[in-house]
Amino acid sequence: MHISKLIILSVFITIFLAGCDSRYLILNPQGAVAQKEYQLIIFSIILCTIVVIPVLGLLVYIVLRYRDKPGNKALYRPDWDDSKRLEFIWWGIPIIIIGILGFATAKTTYDLVDPPKKDVKPLTIEVTSLDWKWLFQYPDQDIATVNYVEIPKGVPVQFVLTSDAPMNSFWVPQLGGQLYTMPGMAMGLWLQADHKGEYFGSGANFTGEGFAHMNFKVKSTSTKEFNQWVKQVKETSPALTKADYSNLAQQGLSLEKSYSTIPKGLFQEIVIKNGGQYYSQHHHMKNEDMKIMNVASEKQVHAQHEHQEGGN
Amino acid sequence: MLDKLKDFLSHFFVTGEPMIYGADVAILLTLAGIIFVLTYLKKWKWLWREWLTTVDHKKIGIMYMLSSLLMLFRGGVDALLMRMQLAFPQWHFLDSNHYNEIFTTHGTIMILFMAMPLMFAFFNIVVPLQIGARDVAYPFLNAVSFWLFFFGAMLFNLSFVIGGSPDAGWLSYPPLSGMQFSPGPGQDFYIWGIQISGIGSLASGINFIMTILKMRAPGMKLMHMPLFTWSVLASCIIIIFAFPVLTVTLALLFIDRFFDGHLFTMTGGGNPMMYINLIWMWGHPEVYIVVLPAFGIFSEIVATFSQKKIFGYKSMVFSMMIISVLSYFTWVHHFFTMGAGANVNVFFAITTMAIGIPTGVKVFNWLFTMFRGRIQMTQPMLWTIAFIPCFVVGGATGVMLSAAPADYQYHNSYFLVAHFHQVLIGGVVFGFFAGLYYWWPKMFGFKLDDRLGKWAFWTWNIGFYVCFMPQYALGFMGMTRRIYTYDFDMGWGPLNVISTVGAFFMGIGFIFQAWQILHGIKYGERDVTGDPWNGRTLEWSIPSPPPHYNFAVIPTVTGQDAWWTIKKERKKKKAKETATFSPIHMPKNSGIPFIMSVFWFIAGFGLTFHWVWMAIFGLTGVGACLLARSFQYNSDYYIPVDEIRHTEDSVGRVG
Ligand code: HEM
Ligand SMILES: [Cu+2]
Ligand SMILES: [Cu+2]
Repeated sequence: MHISKLIILSVFITIFLAGCDSRYLILNPQGAVAQKEYQLIIFSIILCTIVVIPVLGLLVYIVLRYRDKPGNKALYRPDWDDSKRLEFIWWGIPIIIIGILGFATAKTTYDLVDPPKKDVKPLTIEVTSLDWKWLFQYPDQDIATVNYVEIPKGVPVQFVLTSDAPMNSFWVPQLGGQLYTMPGMAMGLWLQADHKGEYFGSGANFTGEGFAHMNFKVKSTSTKEFNQWVKQVKETSPALTKADYSNLAQQGLSLEKSYSTIPKGLFQEIVIKNGGQYYSQHHHMKNEDMKIMNVASEKQVHAQHEHQEGGN
Repeated sequence: MLDKLKDFLSHFFVTGEPMIYGADVAILLTLAGIIFVLTYLKKWKWLWREWLTTVDHKKIGIMYMLSSLLMLFRGGVDALLMRMQLAFPQWHFLDSNHYNEIFTTHGTIMILFMAMPLMFAFFNIVVPLQIGARDVAYPFLNAVSFWLFFFGAMLFNLSFVIGGSPDAGWLSYPPLSGMQFSPGPGQDFYIWGIQISGIGSLASGINFIMTILKMRAPGMKLMHMPLFTWSVLASCIIIIFAFPVLTVTLALLFIDRFFDGHLFTMTGGGNPMMYINLIWMWGHPEVYIVVLPAFGIFSEIVATFSQKKIFGYKSMVFSMMIISVLSYFTWVHHFFTMGAGANVNVFFAITTMAIGIPTGVKVFNWLFTMFRGRIQMTQPMLWTIAFIPCFVVGGATGVMLSAAPADYQYHNSYFLVAHFHQVLIGGVVFGFFAGLYYWWPKMFGFKLDDRLGKWAFWTWNIGFYVCFMPQYALGFMGMTRRIYTYDFDMGWGPLNVISTVGAFFMGIGFIFQAWQILHGIKYGERDVTGDPWNGRTLEWSIPSPPPHYNFAVIPTVTGQDAWWTIKKERKKKKAKETATFSPIHMPKNSGIPFIMSVFWFIAGFGLTFHWVWMAIFGLTGVGACLLARSFQYNSDYYIPVDEIRHTEDSVGRVG
């Protein structure tokens, strides 16, 4: 009894103390989104501890005191099985605690819908999970990367997620929570880095053999450095052609890569190719970019229909 | 021709893995061994008459128990293999493919072929005895349920050596589980293994609801029922709503795979999100299906060994019923990160947290049952006491997970793996162990050794915390689940090594338990009273093991804790029981459930390999069995009074 409890306690203490250790990514948020989530995590831990500790204490006390030992003088009432007052307490307390946590949860959930910072023009990055690599397209900069992203610090980034492979989940723990990438759908996730640095990102939803290798780097730099990097990519990297893309989309791993331009509408094409035309995006995405995308997809659907009719 | 055959066989049998060749050999040797022993001892007839054709709920329960312990062994070995790989990821103990197959089969087996049948074992062994019944409502159907489970499980396990195991995770999300990404037969083994046993589970759910509602001893009102029976009722209500969803979901997945449908692929107008919703509409209630009976078991044990009435009986009943309803409104918490929008996430976050309330109430009621009692530290009680802190912490991490935005960080990470193992092992497995120790003397007439039991208890418990606490930390470090390897500079190595050490401790705990059973068969303390624990409910009023008609005379019940009340009355009156027997109506054995399930197995195998002729043959066999059953007119008989008197005399009961 004793030992197990000590172990639990020490583990929790270790986790808390270890929070200072930078390897505990979730406990070291580096951006506004992750920060909000971190606060909720800590708040929920505290609320839970308020319940857990007394219960454990009570358990130890009761077990020690009411053991069936000869000479145990503690009160023994074999038929006592009811107390409205006590039951009122332990229906009541959890209701209150869940009420508080529920409120905090709702608030954070709604907070995360909008960009963390409203006075800066956000950056859009279109993410496609492939078998087994990540493709990042910068529609405004007209560049693309594989298995790494660079972002300016202090700027909210709208990641628009889809998949051209089984569904995955895009996760950069230090910048904020994850969201699924799904074929035929486009979803929006706001993240933001508050400092310069390099962050670990990975796919969190199982996609088969190469899944364990689907890690990527997120590098956050100053806006100036970011612009320089964009320029450098434009000057030194090859262009991404449709043929390149079909090669990338083949099963297999990939090294980090950059591309100086992207084929127009590639992202939309990926979404539509995987069934996007059957799916209205409105519940998944509601920002301006996606409206543009919806228009694009409608055009494509028409084009496709015409194509099919012509073919028949 | 020969080449073609060779090519076929090399695909049919899984080749190229030393471990699998080992398994091939082990399976053949075990089979040969069983056949030899049965033939040598001339036991074939006995096996057929006493076990394969039995409709006795106690024997069916024992068969459930044995199969599920075997599955616990297999699932446990899977777990150790995975932990080995994760402790030394650069060692390539398992490759990616093999690791994926193992976590898929481990998860599926543990939930569907270990926890579910162990739960049905208790339903079968305990419920009729607790409510003073001689059988379940539909004994024949009960046998069908068992054999469907058994052959479903066999079909699933076969995938290890024939065709290849499924590897898309225990819930098989499309498109990964679709034909495009999982072309082999593994996924179809998954579909048909679960499908066949799932039909059995649904039938069991119906069977036990009817048993509880219709077969209670005279005088036993609903609010007089033992809490375990209540928990079974709650669990069965969930079963009859949840399992049809599973059946339909898997059928739709099969349509996608076999007929090239597009129900779950976007191209063609389907939607994988629909599958994920459907599978969790079964999957979330499923965890309550297995944990509610564990709650029931703890309630029985805590009262018995605190030598006190259960505290807050009404709250206990009410909370279980609320849980069974609420369990249906939380499924979206398994994919808060699927982008359903803030309103939906908030709704499901709050319903999920709400389940914590009735669950917490139960914990307090257990505590206050012990309060002012006299706690006996028997083996069942040890597991019950260990369950409380484990489950409270597991519940707390569950509440943490249910805060949707926090879950964006925990989802699919090791934090989640730690959480669900904590509630599944600390809640379900510990509960079922407690139940095994508690009802073992009733089932077999002897107790299990205390000293070995304590060893098992401590190795399991210490092992548990050493194994799973580090995984919470790994979750905070950003380690995702289902990865077979990782980079050393992530700093995940040391904690993974610790976790693996803990897993092996649990493995040792299991060995102690196996030893305990063998030891008990030879030396176990015999129980001649039928009531070794000074129990409170009716199962302790009859001999151990019970005669096949259970109660020579059906008891009359006047309140809660029926047997306790009878014992008190007797003490007062000091009167001996005199009973007049009358002939007992019992169902006859039947071979049809077994044979029909073999045909299901054949059909399932055919469907798995997309051999239509074989599927048709199997299904025809199933139909023929059903037809044969419908022409069986005298499927029951009466036990004459003389035989009852004789049996009761031989176990020392007054005639
Ligand atoms: C006895 C000790 C156990 C150990 C050491 C253990 C270990 C593991 C490991 C290493 C994984 C894979 C994690 C990953 O790679 O993501 C896993 C997954 C899983 N385990 Fe266990 N496990 C144990 C018992 C159980 C029990 C008793 C149950 C259920 C009743 C269970 C249910 C599951 C499930 C559902 C999964 C998820 C499978 C999937 O990802 O598809 N495990 N376990
Ligand atoms: Cu979607
Ligand atoms: Cu759930």
